[in-house]
Amino acid sequence: MTPTDLFFSALQSLRANTLRSVLTALGIIIGVGAVITIVAIGAGAQANVEKVIEQIGSNMLTISPGASRDGGAAQGAASRPTLTGEDAEAMKTVAGVTAVAPEVRGQIQVILGNQNWRTNVVGITEDYFTVRGWKLDKGRNFEDWEIDSGEKIVILGSTVAEKVFPGSDPIGQIIRLDRVPFTVVGVTASKGQSSFGQNQDDIVFTPLKAAQQRLLGGRLIKPDAVQQIAVLGRNAKELDVIERDLAELLRDRHAIVPGRADDFMIRNTAEIFAARAGATEVMTLLLTAIASVSLLVGGIGIMNIMLVSVTERTREIGVRMAIGASRTDVMMQFLIEALALSMIGGIIGITVGVICSQLTAHFANWPLRIEMSSILLAVGFSAAVGIFFGYYPARKAARLDPIEALRYA
Amino acid sequence: MGTNVVNALAGVSTRIDHGEFVAVMGPSGSGKTTFMNLLGCLDRPTSGKYLFEGHDVTTFDHAELARLRNQKIGFVFQQFNLLQRVTALENVALPLAYGKLPRGERHKRAEAALTEVGLGTRMDHRPVQLSGGQQQRVAIARAIVGSPSLILADEPTGALDTRTGIEIMAILQNLNRRGITIVVVTHEHDIAEYANRVMMFRDGRMIRDEKGVGRRADEELRKLQQPQAGQPQLVAVGSH
Repeated sequence: MTPTDLFFSALQSLRANTLRSVLTALGIIIGVGAVITIVAIGAGAQANVEKVIEQIGSNMLTISPGASRDGGAAQGAASRPTLTGEDAEAMKTVAGVTAVAPEVRGQIQVILGNQNWRTNVVGITEDYFTVRGWKLDKGRNFEDWEIDSGEKIVILGSTVAEKVFPGSDPIGQIIRLDRVPFTVVGVTASKGQSSFGQNQDDIVFTPLKAAQQRLLGGRLIKPDAVQQIAVLGRNAKELDVIERDLAELLRDRHAIVPGRADDFMIRNTAEIFAARAGATEVMTLLLTAIASVSLLVGGIGIMNIMLVSVTERTREIGVRMAIGASRTDVMMQFLIEALALSMIGGIIGITVGVICSQLTAHFANWPLRIEMSSILLAVGFSAAVGIFFGYYPARKAARLDPIEALRYA
Repeated sequence: MGTNVVNALAGVSTRIDHGEFVAVMGPSGSGKTTFMNLLGCLDRPTSGKYLFEGHDVTTFDHAELARLRNQKIGFVFQQFNLLQRVTALENVALPLAYGKLPRGERHKRAEAALTEVGLGTRMDHRPVQLSGGQQQRVAIARAIVGSPSLILADEPTGALDTRTGIEIMAILQNLNRRGITIVVVTHEHDIAEYANRVMMFRDGRMIRDEKGVGRRADEELRKLQQPQAGQPQLVAVGSH
C-alpha cells in the first residue's frame, strides 16, 4: 500500500469511531495546547521584562541606606538615615555619572476644598524624571533654583490630577499637602501599572527640600535624609567602575574606617530584573515539563485505544493478510493510524495553544510571542508519541497468525 | 505451534491440476481446514512439501507467502469478511492496493470484477446495504480481481439460502470454465456435487478422492426459473 492509501485508510477507520478518536486525541490536544501556551506566556513575560529593563535603562544604579546594627541584630535595609541630599550632590562629581536623582517618599493628604485624597509624595530633584522615565503631560518640570530653595510647588501624577481636579485644569491652582499650600506647576503623563501591579500614577512630586522640610520633616530622622539615590552611568560597561567609585566616595564621606561594613547598599537594577527574567525562565521550563506529562498521558491513551482497536479488528487483519497484506503492510496500517491520531491531536492542539496564547497576551497586556520552535517541537513531539505508543499495538497486529485471526469471532 | 504436537494432517499426498473444481469434505476435526490453510499458503507444513505451481512454498518467508496469496490465490469465506466501512468497489480493489497498483488502474479492474459477478450497478453500496448473496458476490469479485490461478472457498454457501447458494456455485463454475482452479470446502453434499472431484477427509487423512458429479449450477437455476410463469415465486424456491 502506498503512503497515501495508508493515510486515507487510517482516516476512514478513525472516522468510523469518531467520538472515540476525538476523546483519544484529547490527551494530545491538551498536552500540545498547554505546552504552546506556557512557552508563549513564558516568552511574553520575558519580553515584558526586557521591555522594563529597556525602560529603566541598563545603566542605572540605585543606592539605599544600609541596615543599622543594634547590638548585633540587623535592623533591615534603610533603617538608618545614612544618605543625604549632600551625598547625592557629591556623587555628581564621580566620573562617568550623567545624572543623580535622590528621593524621599512619604504619604500625605491632598486637600482642595472638599476634595480629599491620600497619596504618595516624592521629594525629587530636576534629574528625577529623566532617570525614572517620567514624562510631563502638562506644565513644566522644577527648575534648579526651586529645588535649591525648596519652593512650595507640586507636580501631580495623572491619577491625583483626575481625582482632585476632575474636568478642570490644575496648573496654577493651589492645593494643600497636609496643611501646607503648594502651587501645581505640572501633571505627569500616565505610566500605568508597575510590574508589581501598583498604580504608579497615584503620586505627587515636590522639590526634595520642600518634602524634607515641610512635609516629612517630623518623620525624617535627619533633616537632609534621602531614602534612595538613583544614579545613571554613561553606559552599562562603565557601571562596575562607577559602582566602585561611588562606594569609595560614600565610605569617605561617611568616615567608615577600612574593615568596617558599608552603611549603604548599591544595586544594579538591570541585574535585578535580569534575575527575575531568569526566574521566569525556570518557571516556564517547569510548567512545560508538567504540560509534557499530559502529552505522555495522551500517548498512553493512544496506545490503549490502538490495542483495543487491534483486538476488535482481529478478523479484519486476518482477511487483509489472506488477500495479500504482508506483516509490514499491517504494521504500517496501525502505525499510521496511531500517527494520524496523534498528529490530528497535535494540529488541533496547536490551534488551541495559539488561541490561548493570544487571549493571555491580550489580557495580560504582554507582547505575543509564539515561537516557531515551540510549534515545530509540538508537532515533532506528537508525531514521536504516535509512533512510540503506536508501535507496540501495530507490532501486535502484524504478528497475528492469519489463520487464528480469521477464526476470531 | 503449541507445545503439544497434534498432527492435524498426516500422510496426505495429492495433486490438484490447473482448471480442476475440487470439493473438500469432512467432519470438523478431520483436517480439511488445515488442508485448506496449506493450500492457501496461510500456513506452512511442519514436515513434508507443498509445491505451488512448481515452487516449494515450504521455504517461503512471511513476505513471500503474502505476495503469493496476493497474486495467485483468491479467498472466499462463509461470512464474506468484507470491510464494513468502505464501498463494494473499495473492498474489491483492496488486494490490488497490496499489490501496489496505481489507484486508477485498481478501480478499473475492480469495476470489471464486480461487473463479472453481476454487481455492476451496486459498486458504491456498502456491505450493510447489500444482501448476503450480493455480499458474497463482492467477496468473489475481490477474490478474482487480482487474476489468481486458484480460488479457495471456505463454505461459500454456508450463510446463504439454497437458491442464492446455487447462484454462487454458478459463478464459481463460470470462473472455473475460464480456467481458474477452484477448491471449495463444504459439508453439504449438494454443494459438493457441483465439483468435478471430491476429497473426503477424516481424522487427518484423506479417506476418499473421487470424481465428482459435476452438476451444472446454471442449468439448475434455469430449471428453477421455468415454473415462474404460472406460479408464485415462493413455491419455486426449493427448500432443504
